[in-house]
Amino acid sequence: MNTYWRTFKTAAWLGWEMDSNWTEPWLFVLYSFVKPVAGAFILVLMYVVFTIIYGVQDPEAFSYMYVGNAFFIFVASTLFGTFQVIQSDREWYQTIRYVYISPISYYVYIVGRAASKIAVATFAVLITLAFGVAFLSVRVEIGLANIPIFLASLVLGLTVLLAIGICLGGISFLTAKHTHGLAEGIPGLFYVFSGVLFPLSVLPDWGQAIGRGIPLTYWFDITRRLLSPTTSVETTLTGYSDLAILGLLFVSSIVFFGLSILIFKTGEHLARKAGKIDMTTSY
Amino acid sequence: MIEATVRRTDLRARIGLNLRSVAGRAYPRVVGANREPSWILFEALLPLLGIAAYVYVYQSFGDRAIAAIIDATSPGPTRDAAIAAAKASANALIASVVLGGTMVAFWLNVLWSMASQLYWEKEIGNLQLYMMAPMHRMALLGGMAVGGMFMTSMRAVSTLLAGVLVFGVVYQVVDPLALLAVFFVTLVALYGLGMMFASLYLLWGREAWHMSALLEEPIFFSSGFYFPMGGLYQAGGWGRAIAVAGTFIPASLGLDAMRQLTLGQTAFGGTLWVFTVDLELGLLAILAVVFLILARYALAYLEMLAKREGKLTSRHQ
Repeated sequence: MNTYWRTFKTAAWLGWEMDSNWTEPWLFVLYSFVKPVAGAFILVLMYVVFTIIYGVQDPEAFSYMYVGNAFFIFVASTLFGTFQVIQSDREWYQTIRYVYISPISYYVYIVGRAASKIAVATFAVLITLAFGVAFLSVRVEIGLANIPIFLASLVLGLTVLLAIGICLGGISFLTAKHTHGLAEGIPGLFYVFSGVLFPLSVLPDWGQAIGRGIPLTYWFDITRRLLSPTTSVETTLTGYSDLAILGLLFVSSIVFFGLSILIFKTGEHLARKAGKIDMTTSY
Repeated sequence: MIEATVRRTDLRARIGLNLRSVAGRAYPRVVGANREPSWILFEALLPLLGIAAYVYVYQSFGDRAIAAIIDATSPGPTRDAAIAAAKASANALIASVVLGGTMVAFWLNVLWSMASQLYWEKEIGNLQLYMMAPMHRMALLGGMAVGGMFMTSMRAVSTLLAGVLVFGVVYQVVDPLALLAVFFVTLVALYGLGMMFASLYLLWGREAWHMSALLEEPIFFSSGFYFPMGGLYQAGGWGRAIAVAGTFIPASLGLDAMRQLTLGQTAFGGTLWVFTVDLELGLLAILAVVFLILARYALAYLEMLAKREGKLTSRHQ
Protein backbone atom coordinates (compact mmCIF):
# COMPACT_ATOMS: atom_id res chain seq x y z
CA MET A 1 0.00 0.00 0.00
CA ASN A 2 2.88 2.28 0.89
CA THR A 3 4.43 1.68 -2.55
CA TYR A 4 1.13 2.49 -4.25
CA TRP A 5 0.80 5.76 -2.35
CA ARG A 6 4.41 6.72 -3.10
CA THR A 7 3.91 5.91 -6.78
CA PHE A 8 0.70 7.94 -6.87
CA LYS A 9 2.32 10.97 -5.19
CA THR A 10 5.39 10.92 -7.41
CA ALA A 11 3.38 10.41 -10.59
CA ALA A 12 0.99 13.21 -9.63
CA TRP A 13 3.92 15.55 -9.03
CA LEU A 14 5.52 14.50 -12.33
CA GLY A 15 2.22 15.08 -14.14
CA TRP A 16 1.86 18.52 -12.57
CA GLU A 17 5.40 19.49 -13.56
CA MET A 18 4.89 18.26 -17.13
CA ASP A 19 1.60 20.14 -17.41
CA SER A 20 2.69 23.40 -15.88
CA ASN A 21 6.44 24.02 -15.98
CA TRP A 22 6.66 24.69 -19.72
CA THR A 23 5.94 28.35 -19.07
CA GLU A 24 5.57 31.09 -16.48
CA PRO A 25 2.90 30.47 -13.80
CA TRP A 26 0.76 33.45 -14.89
CA LEU A 27 0.75 32.22 -18.49
CA PHE A 28 -0.21 28.75 -17.34
CA VAL A 29 -3.14 30.19 -15.34
CA LEU A 30 -4.22 32.21 -18.39
CA TYR A 31 -3.91 29.14 -20.60
CA SER A 32 -5.99 27.08 -18.15
CA PHE A 33 -8.62 29.84 -18.19
CA VAL A 34 -8.82 30.65 -21.91
CA LYS A 35 -9.46 27.17 -23.24
CA PRO A 36 -12.57 26.30 -21.20
CA VAL A 37 -14.05 29.78 -21.41
CA ALA A 38 -13.62 29.79 -25.20
CA GLY A 39 -15.28 26.36 -25.27
CA ALA A 40 -18.20 27.77 -23.29
CA PHE A 41 -18.38 30.76 -25.62
CA ILE A 42 -18.98 28.50 -28.61
CA LEU A 43 -22.22 27.49 -26.89
CA VAL A 44 -22.98 31.08 -25.92
CA LEU A 45 -22.72 32.14 -29.56
CA MET A 46 -24.82 29.17 -30.69
CA TYR A 47 -27.46 30.42 -28.28
CA VAL A 48 -27.04 34.04 -29.49
CA VAL A 49 -27.52 32.92 -33.10
CA PHE A 50 -30.60 30.97 -32.04
CA THR A 51 -32.11 34.04 -30.36
CA ILE A 52 -31.33 36.22 -33.40
CA ILE A 53 -32.95 33.79 -35.84
CA TYR A 54 -35.96 32.70 -33.79
CA GLY A 55 -36.48 35.95 -31.93
CA VAL A 56 -37.09 34.17 -28.60
CA GLN A 57 -35.13 33.75 -25.36
CA ASP A 58 -34.84 30.39 -23.59
CA PRO A 59 -32.78 30.96 -20.41
CA GLU A 60 -33.61 27.54 -18.91
CA ALA A 61 -32.28 25.70 -21.97
CA PHE A 62 -29.21 27.92 -21.89
CA SER A 63 -28.51 27.24 -18.19
CA TYR A 64 -29.01 23.52 -18.77
CA MET A 65 -26.45 23.59 -21.58
CA TYR A 66 -23.97 25.88 -19.83
CA VAL A 67 -23.78 23.95 -16.55
CA GLY A 68 -23.57 20.62 -18.40
CA ASN A 69 -20.75 21.96 -20.54
CA ALA A 70 -18.87 23.30 -17.49
CA PHE A 71 -18.87 19.87 -15.83
CA PHE A 72 -17.96 18.21 -19.10
CA ILE A 73 -14.50 19.75 -18.65
CA PHE A 74 -13.96 16.99 -16.06
CA VAL A 75 -14.83 14.34 -18.64
CA ALA A 76 -12.48 15.62 -21.34
CA SER A 77 -9.58 16.29 -18.92
CA THR A 78 -9.84 13.08 -16.90
CA LEU A 79 -10.18 10.83 -19.92
CA PHE A 80 -7.36 12.57 -21.78
CA GLY A 81 -5.27 12.70 -18.62
CA THR A 82 -5.38 8.92 -18.28
CA PHE A 83 -5.18 7.45 -21.75
CA GLN A 84 -2.62 9.92 -23.11
CA VAL A 85 -0.05 8.82 -20.52
CA ILE A 86 0.83 5.64 -22.36
CA GLN A 87 1.02 7.30 -25.76
CA SER A 88 2.99 10.33 -24.62
CA ASP A 89 5.49 8.20 -22.68
CA ARG A 90 5.75 5.76 -25.55
CA GLU A 91 5.73 7.99 -28.64
CA TRP A 92 6.80 11.41 -27.47
CA TYR A 93 9.18 11.12 -24.52
CA GLN A 94 10.03 7.49 -25.31
CA THR A 95 10.42 6.80 -21.60
CA ILE A 96 7.81 4.07 -21.25
CA ARG A 97 10.38 1.28 -21.21
CA TYR A 98 12.15 2.81 -18.18
CA VAL A 99 8.98 3.53 -16.22
CA TYR A 100 7.44 0.21 -17.18
CA ILE A 101 10.34 -1.90 -15.90
CA SER A 102 10.59 0.02 -12.61
CA PRO A 103 9.16 -1.76 -9.54
CA ILE A 104 5.87 0.17 -9.39
CA SER A 105 2.26 -0.41 -10.42
CA TYR A 106 1.88 1.11 -13.88
CA TYR A 107 -1.88 1.33 -13.25
CA VAL A 108 -1.32 3.52 -10.15
CA TYR A 109 1.28 5.55 -12.04
CA ILE A 110 -1.32 6.43 -14.70
CA VAL A 111 -3.89 7.40 -12.06
CA GLY A 112 -1.28 9.63 -10.45
CA ARG A 113 -0.41 11.31 -13.74
CA ALA A 114 -4.13 11.96 -14.33
CA ALA A 115 -4.53 13.57 -10.89
CA SER A 116 -2.85 16.80 -11.99
CA LYS A 117 -5.20 17.05 -14.97
CA ILE A 118 -8.16 16.67 -12.59
CA ALA A 119 -6.78 19.46 -10.39
CA VAL A 120 -6.48 21.82 -13.36
CA ALA A 121 -9.93 20.76 -14.58
CA THR A 122 -11.43 21.63 -11.17
CA PHE A 123 -10.01 25.12 -11.51
CA ALA A 124 -11.40 25.42 -15.07
CA VAL A 125 -14.87 24.23 -14.00
CA LEU A 126 -14.98 26.78 -11.18
CA ILE A 127 -13.84 29.59 -13.51
CA THR A 128 -16.38 28.63 -16.18
CA LEU A 129 -19.24 28.50 -13.67
CA ALA A 130 -18.21 31.78 -12.06
CA PHE A 131 -18.01 33.42 -15.49
CA GLY A 132 -21.48 32.16 -16.37
CA VAL A 133 -22.96 33.41 -13.11
CA ALA A 134 -21.22 36.79 -13.28
CA PHE A 135 -21.69 37.68 -16.95
CA LEU A 136 -24.24 35.37 -18.56
CA SER A 137 -27.02 35.21 -15.94
CA VAL A 138 -26.58 31.49 -15.41
CA ARG A 139 -28.38 30.52 -12.20
CA VAL A 140 -26.21 28.39 -9.90
CA GLU A 141 -27.18 27.81 -6.27
CA ILE A 142 -26.77 24.95 -3.84
CA GLY A 143 -28.32 24.46 -0.40
CA LEU A 144 -26.08 23.46 2.51
CA ALA A 145 -28.01 20.22 2.92
CA ASN A 146 -27.19 19.23 -0.66
CA ILE A 147 -23.43 19.74 -0.42
CA PRO A 148 -22.63 16.20 0.87
CA ILE A 149 -24.70 14.64 -1.93
CA PHE A 150 -23.01 16.89 -4.47
CA LEU A 151 -19.51 15.99 -3.23
CA ALA A 152 -20.34 12.28 -3.10
CA SER A 153 -21.67 12.35 -6.67
CA LEU A 154 -18.60 14.30 -7.80
CA VAL A 155 -16.20 11.73 -6.29
CA LEU A 156 -18.17 8.81 -7.76
CA GLY A 157 -18.43 10.50 -11.16
CA LEU A 158 -14.68 11.12 -11.25
CA THR A 159 -13.99 7.52 -10.19
CA VAL A 160 -16.08 6.24 -13.10
CA LEU A 161 -14.27 8.62 -15.45
CA LEU A 162 -10.84 7.48 -14.25
CA ALA A 163 -11.84 3.86 -14.70
CA ILE A 164 -13.08 4.52 -18.25
CA GLY A 165 -9.83 6.39 -18.97
CA ILE A 166 -7.76 3.41 -17.82
CA CYS A 167 -9.86 1.10 -20.01
CA LEU A 168 -8.98 3.33 -22.98
CA GLY A 169 -5.34 3.35 -21.85
CA GLY A 170 -5.38 -0.45 -21.96
CA ILE A 171 -6.64 -0.29 -25.54
CA SER A 172 -4.11 2.36 -26.52
CA PHE A 173 -1.29 -0.06 -25.63
CA LEU A 174 -2.20 -1.69 -28.93
CA THR A 175 -3.05 1.25 -31.19
CA ALA A 176 -0.95 3.71 -33.17
CA LYS A 177 -0.62 7.37 -32.06
CA HIS A 178 -4.29 8.23 -32.15
CA THR A 179 -4.35 10.33 -29.00
CA HIS A 180 -6.15 13.19 -30.66
CA GLY A 181 -8.76 10.98 -32.29
CA LEU A 182 -9.40 9.33 -28.92
CA ALA A 183 -9.32 12.66 -27.10
CA GLU A 184 -11.95 14.01 -29.43
CA GLY A 185 -13.98 10.89 -30.07
CA ILE A 186 -14.54 9.20 -26.73
CA PRO A 187 -15.60 12.36 -24.88
CA GLY A 188 -17.74 13.02 -27.98
CA LEU A 189 -19.60 9.80 -27.23
CA PHE A 190 -20.54 11.12 -23.80
CA TYR A 191 -21.17 14.61 -25.19
CA VAL A 192 -23.90 13.20 -27.41
CA PHE A 193 -25.46 10.45 -25.33
CA SER A 194 -25.15 11.68 -21.72
CA GLY A 195 -27.45 14.67 -21.90
CA VAL A 196 -24.60 17.13 -21.40
CA LEU A 197 -25.85 19.94 -23.65
CA PHE A 198 -29.42 18.89 -24.38
CA PRO A 199 -31.92 16.59 -22.68
CA LEU A 200 -32.03 12.92 -23.63
CA SER A 201 -35.55 13.45 -24.97
CA VAL A 202 -34.05 15.10 -28.08
CA LEU A 203 -32.32 11.85 -29.07
CA PRO A 204 -34.06 9.07 -30.98
CA ASP A 205 -35.22 6.10 -28.87
CA TRP A 206 -32.05 4.08 -29.51
CA GLY A 207 -29.96 7.08 -28.49
CA GLN A 208 -31.94 7.51 -25.29
CA ALA A 209 -31.39 3.82 -24.51
CA ILE A 210 -27.63 4.25 -24.94
CA GLY A 211 -27.72 7.36 -22.76
CA ARG A 212 -29.52 5.55 -19.95
CA GLY A 213 -26.83 2.86 -20.04
CA ILE A 214 -24.02 5.37 -19.39
CA PRO A 215 -23.44 6.19 -15.70
CA LEU A 216 -22.25 9.70 -16.56
CA THR A 217 -25.77 10.56 -17.75
CA TYR A 218 -26.96 10.21 -14.17
CA TRP A 219 -23.97 12.12 -12.84
CA PHE A 220 -24.75 15.09 -15.09
CA ASP A 221 -28.41 14.90 -14.12
CA ILE A 222 -27.84 14.90 -10.36
CA THR A 223 -25.21 17.64 -10.66
CA ARG A 224 -27.68 19.88 -12.51
CA ARG A 225 -30.51 19.01 -10.11
CA LEU A 226 -28.37 20.14 -7.18
CA LEU A 227 -26.71 23.18 -8.75
CA SER A 228 -29.08 24.60 -11.30
CA PRO A 229 -32.50 22.96 -11.32
CA THR A 230 -34.62 23.58 -14.44
CA THR A 231 -38.31 22.83 -14.61
CA SER A 232 -39.16 23.22 -18.28
CA VAL A 233 -36.48 20.83 -19.60
CA GLU A 234 -37.66 17.22 -19.97
CA THR A 235 -34.67 15.12 -18.91
CA THR A 236 -36.54 11.75 -18.93
CA LEU A 237 -34.77 10.95 -15.63
CA THR A 238 -37.19 12.55 -13.20
CA GLY A 239 -38.27 9.11 -11.95
CA TYR A 240 -34.90 8.61 -10.24
CA SER A 241 -34.41 10.09 -6.76
CA ASP A 242 -31.08 11.64 -5.75
CA LEU A 243 -30.23 8.65 -3.56
CA ALA A 244 -31.11 6.20 -6.32
CA ILE A 245 -28.71 8.00 -8.64
CA LEU A 246 -25.98 7.99 -5.97
CA GLY A 247 -26.49 4.24 -5.52
CA LEU A 248 -26.29 3.73 -9.27
CA LEU A 249 -23.08 5.75 -9.49
CA PHE A 250 -21.59 3.74 -6.60
CA VAL A 251 -22.33 0.41 -8.30
CA SER A 252 -21.07 1.78 -11.65
CA SER A 253 -17.78 2.93 -10.14
CA ILE A 254 -17.15 -0.57 -8.75
CA VAL A 255 -18.08 -2.26 -12.03
CA PHE A 256 -15.95 0.10 -14.11
CA PHE A 257 -13.03 -0.24 -11.70
CA GLY A 258 -13.10 -4.03 -12.19
CA LEU A 259 -13.47 -3.57 -15.93
CA SER A 260 -10.54 -1.16 -16.03
CA ILE A 261 -8.24 -3.70 -14.37
CA LEU A 262 -9.38 -6.42 -16.76
CA ILE A 263 -8.98 -4.35 -19.93
CA PHE A 264 -5.71 -2.75 -18.79
CA LYS A 265 -4.13 -6.11 -17.95
CA THR A 266 -5.39 -7.69 -21.19
CA GLY A 267 -4.10 -4.77 -23.30
CA GLU A 268 -0.78 -4.88 -21.49
CA HIS A 269 -0.47 -8.65 -21.96
CA LEU A 270 -1.27 -8.47 -25.68
CA ALA A 271 1.10 -5.53 -26.21
CA ARG A 272 3.94 -7.40 -24.51
CA LYS A 273 3.20 -10.49 -26.56
CA ALA A 274 3.22 -8.48 -29.79
CA GLY A 275 6.29 -6.43 -28.79
CA LYS A 276 4.32 -3.20 -28.87
CA ILE A 277 5.00 -1.82 -25.39
CA ASP A 278 7.56 0.72 -26.64
CA MET A 279 6.65 0.99 -30.33
CA THR A 280 6.65 4.35 -32.12
CA THR A 281 4.24 5.03 -34.96
CA SER A 282 5.27 8.41 -36.33
CA TYR A 283 4.10 9.52 -39.73
CA MET B 1 29.08 8.43 -62.40
CA ILE B 2 28.91 12.16 -63.14
CA GLU B 3 25.55 12.51 -61.37
CA ALA B 4 26.90 10.79 -58.30
CA THR B 5 29.90 13.04 -57.89
CA VAL B 6 28.81 16.43 -59.19
CA ARG B 7 26.11 18.42 -57.48
CA ARG B 8 23.64 19.64 -60.09
CA THR B 9 22.33 23.11 -59.47
CA ASP B 10 20.40 23.86 -62.66
CA LEU B 11 16.75 24.80 -62.35
CA ARG B 12 15.40 21.58 -63.82
CA ALA B 13 17.34 19.44 -61.39
CA ARG B 14 16.29 21.56 -58.45
CA ILE B 15 12.62 21.46 -59.42
CA GLY B 16 12.81 17.70 -59.91
CA LEU B 17 14.52 17.23 -56.55
CA ASN B 18 11.96 19.33 -54.71
CA LEU B 19 9.01 17.66 -56.42
CA ARG B 20 10.42 14.29 -55.42
CA SER B 21 10.79 15.64 -51.87
CA VAL B 22 7.15 16.73 -51.85
CA ALA B 23 6.07 13.29 -53.05
CA GLY B 24 8.44 11.58 -50.61
CA ARG B 25 7.12 13.48 -47.58
CA ALA B 26 3.50 13.08 -48.66
CA TYR B 27 3.95 9.33 -49.18
CA PRO B 28 3.98 8.20 -45.53
CA ARG B 29 0.83 10.21 -44.84
CA VAL B 30 -1.03 8.83 -47.83
CA VAL B 31 0.18 5.24 -47.66
CA GLY B 32 1.56 4.85 -44.14
CA ALA B 33 -1.64 5.98 -42.47
CA ASN B 34 -3.64 3.43 -44.42
CA ARG B 35 -1.41 0.63 -43.19
CA GLU B 36 -2.80 1.25 -39.71
CA PRO B 37 -6.54 0.74 -40.24
CA SER B 38 -7.46 1.84 -36.70
CA TRP B 39 -7.29 5.44 -38.01
CA ILE B 40 -10.72 4.96 -39.61
CA LEU B 41 -12.28 4.62 -36.16
CA PHE B 42 -10.21 7.35 -34.52
CA GLU B 43 -10.01 9.90 -37.30
CA ALA B 44 -13.20 9.38 -39.28
CA LEU B 45 -15.92 7.90 -37.05
CA LEU B 46 -15.33 9.06 -33.46
CA PRO B 47 -14.96 12.78 -34.27
CA LEU B 48 -18.45 12.68 -35.80
CA LEU B 49 -19.85 12.35 -32.29
CA GLY B 50 -18.67 15.78 -31.19
CA ILE B 51 -20.31 17.31 -34.24
CA ALA B 52 -23.48 15.32 -33.57
CA ALA B 53 -23.68 16.95 -30.13
CA TYR B 54 -23.78 20.42 -31.68
CA VAL B 55 -26.33 19.21 -34.24
CA TYR B 56 -28.61 18.04 -31.42
CA VAL B 57 -28.15 21.34 -29.57
CA TYR B 58 -29.65 23.17 -32.55
CA GLN B 59 -32.26 20.44 -32.89
CA SER B 60 -33.18 20.92 -29.23
CA PHE B 61 -33.40 24.71 -29.61
CA GLY B 62 -35.50 24.29 -32.76
CA ASP B 63 -37.88 21.84 -31.05
CA ARG B 64 -38.40 24.21 -28.13
CA ALA B 65 -38.98 27.16 -30.48
CA ILE B 66 -41.57 25.13 -32.41
CA ALA B 67 -43.24 24.10 -29.13
CA ALA B 68 -43.38 27.80 -28.18
CA ILE B 69 -44.96 28.66 -31.56
CA ILE B 70 -47.59 25.96 -31.06
CA ASP B 71 -48.35 27.26 -27.55
CA ALA B 72 -48.59 30.88 -28.67
CA THR B 73 -50.60 30.61 -31.89
CA SER B 74 -53.85 28.99 -32.92
CA PRO B 75 -53.95 26.38 -35.73
CA GLY B 76 -53.97 27.87 -39.21
CA PRO B 77 -51.78 29.00 -42.08
CA THR B 78 -49.88 31.52 -39.91
CA ARG B 79 -48.83 28.82 -37.47
CA ASP B 80 -47.91 26.43 -40.30
CA ALA B 81 -45.78 29.11 -41.95
CA ALA B 82 -44.04 29.91 -38.66
CA ILE B 83 -43.32 26.22 -38.04
CA ALA B 84 -42.00 25.76 -41.59
CA ALA B 85 -39.70 28.77 -41.17
CA ALA B 86 -38.45 27.41 -37.82
CA LYS B 87 -37.70 24.03 -39.41
CA ALA B 88 -35.87 25.67 -42.32
CA SER B 89 -33.75 27.68 -39.90
CA ALA B 90 -32.96 24.53 -37.89
CA ASN B 91 -31.83 22.78 -41.10
CA ALA B 92 -29.63 25.76 -42.03
CA LEU B 93 -28.05 25.82 -38.55
CA ILE B 94 -27.42 22.06 -38.61
CA ALA B 95 -25.96 22.34 -42.11
CA SER B 96 -23.67 25.12 -40.80
CA VAL B 97 -22.43 22.83 -38.03
CA VAL B 98 -21.77 19.98 -40.46
CA LEU B 99 -19.77 22.27 -42.77
CA GLY B 100 -17.92 23.63 -39.75
CA GLY B 101 -17.16 20.06 -38.62
CA THR B 102 -15.73 19.34 -42.06
CA MET B 103 -13.36 22.28 -41.80
CA VAL B 104 -12.48 21.43 -38.18
CA ALA B 105 -10.80 18.32 -39.57
CA PHE B 106 -8.52 20.46 -41.72
CA TRP B 107 -7.82 22.96 -38.95
CA LEU B 108 -6.83 20.18 -36.53
CA ASN B 109 -4.61 18.69 -39.22
CA VAL B 110 -2.98 22.08 -39.77
CA LEU B 111 -2.37 22.45 -36.03
CA TRP B 112 -1.20 18.98 -35.13
CA SER B 113 0.27 17.64 -38.37
CA MET B 114 1.65 20.84 -39.91
CA ALA B 115 2.38 23.45 -37.25
CA SER B 116 3.59 21.00 -34.62
CA GLN B 117 5.18 18.58 -37.05
CA LEU B 118 8.71 20.02 -37.15
CA TYR B 119 8.63 20.18 -33.37
CA TRP B 120 7.50 16.56 -33.33
CA GLU B 121 10.25 15.60 -35.80
CA LYS B 122 12.75 17.32 -33.51
CA GLU B 123 11.45 15.31 -30.55
CA ILE B 124 11.83 11.97 -32.30
CA GLY B 125 15.16 12.82 -33.90
CA ASN B 126 14.22 13.15 -37.59
CA LEU B 127 14.71 16.90 -37.91
CA GLN B 128 18.47 16.79 -38.32
CA LEU B 129 18.02 14.30 -41.18
CA TYR B 130 15.66 16.70 -42.93
CA MET B 131 18.04 19.59 -42.37
CA MET B 132 20.94 17.69 -43.95
CA ALA B 133 18.92 16.67 -47.03
CA PRO B 134 19.58 18.82 -50.12
CA MET B 135 15.92 19.75 -50.73
CA HIS B 136 14.33 23.11 -50.01
CA ARG B 137 12.61 23.24 -46.60
CA MET B 138 9.42 24.45 -48.28
CA ALA B 139 9.32 21.22 -50.28
CA LEU B 140 9.31 19.33 -47.00
CA LEU B 141 6.43 21.43 -45.67
CA GLY B 142 4.66 21.18 -49.03
CA GLY B 143 4.84 17.39 -48.86
CA MET B 144 3.46 17.42 -45.34
CA ALA B 145 0.61 19.65 -46.52
CA VAL B 146 -0.27 17.53 -49.56
CA GLY B 147 -0.24 14.33 -47.49
CA GLY B 148 -2.17 16.00 -44.69
CA MET B 149 -4.85 17.29 -47.05
CA PHE B 150 -5.30 13.82 -48.50
CA MET B 151 -5.40 12.12 -45.11
CA THR B 152 -7.84 14.67 -43.70
CA SER B 153 -10.11 14.63 -46.73
CA MET B 154 -11.27 11.18 -45.65
CA ARG B 155 -12.48 12.53 -42.33
CA ALA B 156 -13.98 15.60 -43.97
CA VAL B 157 -15.89 13.53 -46.50
CA SER B 158 -17.21 11.20 -43.79
CA THR B 159 -18.43 14.21 -41.80
CA LEU B 160 -20.20 15.64 -44.83
CA LEU B 161 -21.77 12.29 -45.71
CA ALA B 162 -22.94 11.80 -42.13
CA GLY B 163 -24.51 15.23 -42.21
CA VAL B 164 -26.50 14.42 -45.31
CA LEU B 165 -27.34 10.77 -44.58
CA VAL B 166 -27.75 10.74 -40.79
CA PHE B 167 -28.96 14.24 -40.00
CA GLY B 168 -30.89 14.77 -43.24
CA VAL B 169 -29.18 18.07 -43.98
CA VAL B 170 -30.15 19.61 -47.33
CA TYR B 171 -27.59 21.66 -49.30
CA GLN B 172 -28.50 23.65 -52.41
CA VAL B 173 -25.34 24.18 -54.44
CA VAL B 174 -26.10 26.68 -57.19
CA ASP B 175 -22.52 27.43 -58.22
CA PRO B 176 -20.31 24.32 -57.75
CA LEU B 177 -17.29 25.92 -59.44
CA ALA B 178 -17.32 28.84 -57.02
CA LEU B 179 -17.68 26.36 -54.14
CA LEU B 180 -14.66 24.36 -55.33
CA ALA B 181 -12.65 27.56 -55.80
CA VAL B 182 -13.46 28.76 -52.28
CA PHE B 183 -12.70 25.34 -50.81
CA PHE B 184 -9.31 24.96 -52.46
CA VAL B 185 -8.20 28.55 -51.87
CA THR B 186 -9.22 28.14 -48.21
CA LEU B 187 -7.14 24.97 -47.97
CA VAL B 188 -4.09 26.62 -49.54
CA ALA B 189 -4.41 29.57 -47.16
CA LEU B 190 -4.92 27.28 -44.16
CA TYR B 191 -1.92 25.10 -44.97
CA GLY B 192 0.12 28.23 -45.73
CA LEU B 193 -0.68 29.37 -42.21
CA GLY B 194 0.29 25.90 -40.96
CA MET B 195 3.66 26.19 -42.74
CA MET B 196 4.24 29.55 -41.11
CA PHE B 197 3.40 28.14 -37.68
CA ALA B 198 5.67 25.16 -38.33
CA SER B 199 8.62 27.49 -38.70
CA LEU B 200 7.68 29.40 -35.54
CA TYR B 201 7.41 26.15 -33.63
CA LEU B 202 11.01 25.30 -34.59
CA LEU B 203 12.19 27.60 -31.83
CA TRP B 204 9.89 26.26 -29.17
CA GLY B 205 9.98 23.33 -26.86
CA ARG B 206 6.88 22.05 -25.11
CA GLU B 207 5.21 25.44 -25.64
CA ALA B 208 4.53 24.23 -29.18
CA TRP B 209 2.27 21.43 -27.99
CA HIS B 210 0.37 23.74 -25.65
CA MET B 211 0.12 26.44 -28.30
CA SER B 212 -1.58 23.98 -30.63
CA ALA B 213 -3.92 22.93 -27.82
CA LEU B 214 -4.69 26.58 -27.16
CA LEU B 215 -5.53 27.19 -30.80
CA GLU B 216 -8.44 24.75 -30.75
CA GLU B 217 -11.48 26.06 -28.82
CA PRO B 218 -10.59 29.77 -29.10
CA ILE B 219 -10.27 29.43 -32.89
CA PHE B 220 -13.42 27.28 -33.15
CA PHE B 221 -15.13 30.16 -31.37
CA SER B 222 -13.56 33.17 -33.09
CA SER B 223 -13.84 31.65 -36.57
CA GLY B 224 -17.45 30.53 -36.29
CA PHE B 225 -16.88 26.83 -36.90
CA TYR B 226 -20.19 25.91 -35.24
CA PHE B 227 -22.32 28.98 -35.88
CA PRO B 228 -22.61 31.54 -38.69
CA MET B 229 -19.80 34.07 -38.27
CA GLY B 230 -22.27 36.95 -38.56
CA GLY B 231 -23.56 36.01 -35.09
CA LEU B 232 -20.31 37.34 -33.62
CA TYR B 233 -20.75 40.67 -35.43
CA GLN B 234 -24.18 41.02 -33.83
CA ALA B 235 -23.02 40.14 -30.32
CA GLY B 236 -21.82 43.65 -29.44
CA GLY B 237 -18.43 45.36 -29.55
CA TRP B 238 -16.51 42.45 -28.05
CA GLY B 239 -18.04 40.10 -30.61
CA ARG B 240 -17.01 42.34 -33.50
CA ALA B 241 -13.45 42.62 -32.15
CA ILE B 242 -13.15 38.83 -31.86
CA ALA B 243 -14.68 38.34 -35.31
CA VAL B 244 -12.20 40.75 -36.91
CA ALA B 245 -9.31 38.91 -35.24
CA GLY B 246 -10.81 35.58 -36.32
CA THR B 247 -10.89 36.73 -39.95
CA PHE B 248 -7.13 36.19 -40.13
CA ILE B 249 -7.77 32.47 -39.79
CA PRO B 250 -8.69 31.52 -43.38
CA ALA B 251 -11.31 29.03 -42.23
CA SER B 252 -13.53 31.93 -41.04
CA LEU B 253 -14.02 33.54 -44.44
CA GLY B 254 -13.88 30.19 -46.21
CA LEU B 255 -16.68 28.80 -44.06
CA ASP B 256 -18.80 31.91 -44.43
CA ALA B 257 -18.46 31.77 -48.23
CA MET B 258 -19.13 28.02 -48.38
CA ARG B 259 -22.22 28.42 -46.20
CA GLN B 260 -23.53 31.11 -48.53
CA LEU B 261 -22.85 28.88 -51.54
CA THR B 262 -24.52 25.81 -50.05
CA LEU B 263 -27.41 27.30 -48.06
CA GLY B 264 -28.26 30.27 -50.25
CA GLN B 265 -27.74 33.92 -49.41
CA THR B 266 -31.28 34.18 -48.06
CA ALA B 267 -30.66 31.63 -45.28
CA PHE B 268 -31.03 33.14 -41.77
CA GLY B 269 -32.82 36.04 -43.46
CA GLY B 270 -29.49 37.00 -45.07
CA THR B 271 -28.51 38.76 -41.84
CA LEU B 272 -25.66 36.52 -40.66
CA TRP B 273 -23.19 36.71 -43.55
CA VAL B 274 -19.97 38.68 -43.22
CA PHE B 275 -19.06 39.70 -46.82
CA THR B 276 -20.10 38.66 -50.33
CA VAL B 277 -18.64 35.42 -51.70
CA ASP B 278 -16.53 37.25 -54.30
CA LEU B 279 -14.95 39.50 -51.71
CA GLU B 280 -14.29 36.58 -49.39
CA LEU B 281 -12.66 34.61 -52.22
CA GLY B 282 -10.44 37.59 -53.01
CA LEU B 283 -9.44 38.02 -49.36
CA LEU B 284 -8.71 34.30 -49.06
CA ALA B 285 -6.46 34.44 -52.14
CA ILE B 286 -4.55 37.33 -50.58
CA LEU B 287 -4.21 35.45 -47.28
CA ALA B 288 -2.96 32.36 -49.14
CA VAL B 289 -0.21 34.29 -50.93
CA VAL B 290 0.79 36.25 -47.82
CA PHE B 291 0.98 33.18 -45.60
CA LEU B 292 3.06 31.23 -48.12
CA ILE B 293 5.52 34.10 -48.53
CA LEU B 294 5.72 34.64 -44.77
CA ALA B 295 6.23 30.91 -44.26
CA ARG B 296 9.15 30.96 -46.69
CA TYR B 297 10.93 33.81 -44.90
CA ALA B 298 9.96 32.77 -41.37
CA LEU B 299 11.32 29.29 -41.99
CA ALA B 300 14.69 30.56 -43.19
CA TYR B 301 14.97 33.14 -40.39
CA LEU B 302 13.86 30.89 -37.56
CA GLU B 303 16.02 28.01 -38.77
CA MET B 304 19.00 30.34 -38.56
CA LEU B 305 17.87 31.58 -35.15
CA ALA B 306 17.31 28.04 -33.87
CA LYS B 307 20.79 27.02 -35.02
CA ARG B 308 22.34 30.09 -33.40
CA GLU B 309 20.60 29.43 -30.09
CA GLY B 310 21.35 25.73 -30.28
CA LYS B 311 17.68 24.75 -30.18
CA LEU B 312 17.37 23.08 -33.55
CA THR B 313 17.91 19.57 -32.30
CA SER B 314 17.42 19.96 -28.54
CA ARG B 315 14.69 17.64 -27.35
CA HIS B 316 12.20 17.47 -24.46
CA GLN B 317 12.52 21.11 -23.37
